[in-house]
Amino acid sequence: MSGVLAHPALALFVGAALVAVLKGRLRSTVALAAPLAALALVLRAGDGVHAVWTFAGAELVPFAADPLSRLFGIIFAIMAFGGALFGLDQPRRVEMPAALLYAGAALGVAFAGDLVTVFLFWELMAVGSTLVIWSVATAEAYRASLRYLMVHLAGGTVLLLGVAVHYVASGTLAFRAFDAGSPGYWLILAGFLVNAGAPPLSAWVADAYPEASFSGTVFLSAFTTKIAVYALLRGFAGEPLLVWMGLYMVFYGIVYALLENDMRRILAYSIVNQVGFMVTGIGIGTAMALNGTAAHAFTHILYKGLLLMSAGAVLHATGRRKCSELGGLFRSMPVTTLCGIVGALAISSFPLTSGFVSKSMISQAAGDEHLVWVWLALAAASAGVFLHAGIKFPWFVFFQKDSGLRPPDPPLNMRLAMILFAALCLALGVWYEPLYALLPFPADYVPYTGWHVVGQLQLLLFSGLAFFALLPLLKRTPTITLDVDWLYRRALPAIVAAAERSRRVVARGWHAGWSSAVEGVAAHVHRTHGPEGIMARTWSVRSMGLWMLALLLGLLLIGFAA
Amino acid sequence: MKAHWLDRPGAARRAWIAFAVVLSASVLAQLFIAVEPHFAAEGWFGMPAVVGVGACAAMVLFAKLVGAMLKRRDDYYGDGSGE
Repeated sequence: MSGVLAHPALALFVGAALVAVLKGRLRSTVALAAPLAALALVLRAGDGVHAVWTFAGAELVPFAADPLSRLFGIIFAIMAFGGALFGLDQPRRVEMPAALLYAGAALGVAFAGDLVTVFLFWELMAVGSTLVIWSVATAEAYRASLRYLMVHLAGGTVLLLGVAVHYVASGTLAFRAFDAGSPGYWLILAGFLVNAGAPPLSAWVADAYPEASFSGTVFLSAFTTKIAVYALLRGFAGEPLLVWMGLYMVFYGIVYALLENDMRRILAYSIVNQVGFMVTGIGIGTAMALNGTAAHAFTHILYKGLLLMSAGAVLHATGRRKCSELGGLFRSMPVTTLCGIVGALAISSFPLTSGFVSKSMISQAAGDEHLVWVWLALAAASAGVFLHAGIKFPWFVFFQKDSGLRPPDPPLNMRLAMILFAALCLALGVWYEPLYALLPFPADYVPYTGWHVVGQLQLLLFSGLAFFALLPLLKRTPTITLDVDWLYRRALPAIVAAAERSRRVVARGWHAGWSSAVEGVAAHVHRTHGPEGIMARTWSVRSMGLWMLALLLGLLLIGFAA
Repeated sequence: MKAHWLDRPGAARRAWIAFAVVLSASVLAQLFIAVEPHFAAEGWFGMPAVVGVGACAAMVLFAKLVGAMLKRRDDYYGDGSGE
């Protein structure tokens, strides 16, 4: 039991409960202290199993640690701290406890040693993240959160089914690498991929995340998709399908982000793009690729959090989120602009930023394995990242035209959170050894070679040239781009509505036909047996006498004949 | 109020000149370093620059094509119908 009490998730769960009831400075203190306590517990957790429970004859391992879980635990705790610092001023009281619950559940998955524990925390993440979106309390956010919950509960159901099949076939619930093609393999893979934002359900990321508050989206960007990366890293390394699925995600994110007008939807599509790099690395499956994927998940959480903080600061200050309504904010928001630019450079893998020392390991792995087309696609995608996030986001939000808006930089806590994450993005780009030491495999990769730096600079700088040359084609319009979510937002409801209309027509026809038949019978009965009916009306004595005479004559005839 | 240095006359022109210098330097630097490509074509002079421009142009044009088919007004889902 003492092992479970040292679980890092507990610190966040306790923090969430306290934050829900406390107020004022004490609430802020707890919100910041809980992630730091979780970080301390993550660093204290040694390799191995720390708690074992037996339930219904099955062995559950709610707390186990190894370098991979520790790496994700560290970055989740850092992210929870940064997100909490950024969101201290959030007036919606539900968001902070929900976010801490969400982060704690992510830690629960990261340190789970069995699949049942994974599933339980997986679902708890869905609940926590839905509450984060819900807390905005707008009709749009409510509808988006329901769609989000629907997708994730469906994914969770598939995952649970896969776990059950796997357990029945193998007799173990241990969360480790699955044998390719084993029973439950594809179901568990599908369950994990839903959270990764993989096709065909990538649309939920850009549908739901931008509907959260200015601070809520910062939390949302970090945990759900990255816990899926963690789960895929542990269970499905080397699965070839993931290479192609990852490349699809990479280009899907770029194309949709290029067409998008909402700054936070641009960054949401960019999450799918970046997770695509990671999924590709998992599919390649070598030690270099897996190290690159793990490192990229770590750095991505930092720079994507930073980018969404800068976007959140703009939303907080202006109430606007469309690029077509923004621009020129560098004049009055210098800290936000600078931090946004650092995030943009890091996501683009510019030398001296964190993205450079992580993403390049995935490309290196593709090169080492002589996967020419994969390597080329990743190089082209790197250019595309700079295009859609590295330049497009800061250009349209902070520069381009003068929108006339002159909002100040956000409050101190938000500025500090951005500065902290910007500093980490730059520090990891220069002192990358501590990050490499945390990776699941020994890392002797040297990112800073002359050719690597020069080649990357050429690629990115000329991508920048292409952006400005093609700027007329990238002019923002107040539009969205239809995605697969159209099927369940428009097509399916339309089909259901049409089916309902058809049912009503048939029911009306049936009702009308039945009524008509009943009325016909009633009319006939009324005609024959009604007061004037032939069978019921009063007959005259003469006609009755005539009929009686006819009857008696008939009887006489029958008598004679017999 | 003093204008921001990016708002001063000629700032855009100076920025373009600086950008051109940096672009040229990034290509010329290839002459002074040990080129270690994964594949032969990667090491051709200026190849990363060509990939950068070419890939971006292709992605922008492809995005325009996708947009021509799938773009809708941003209130497309906003009327609450169908949800």
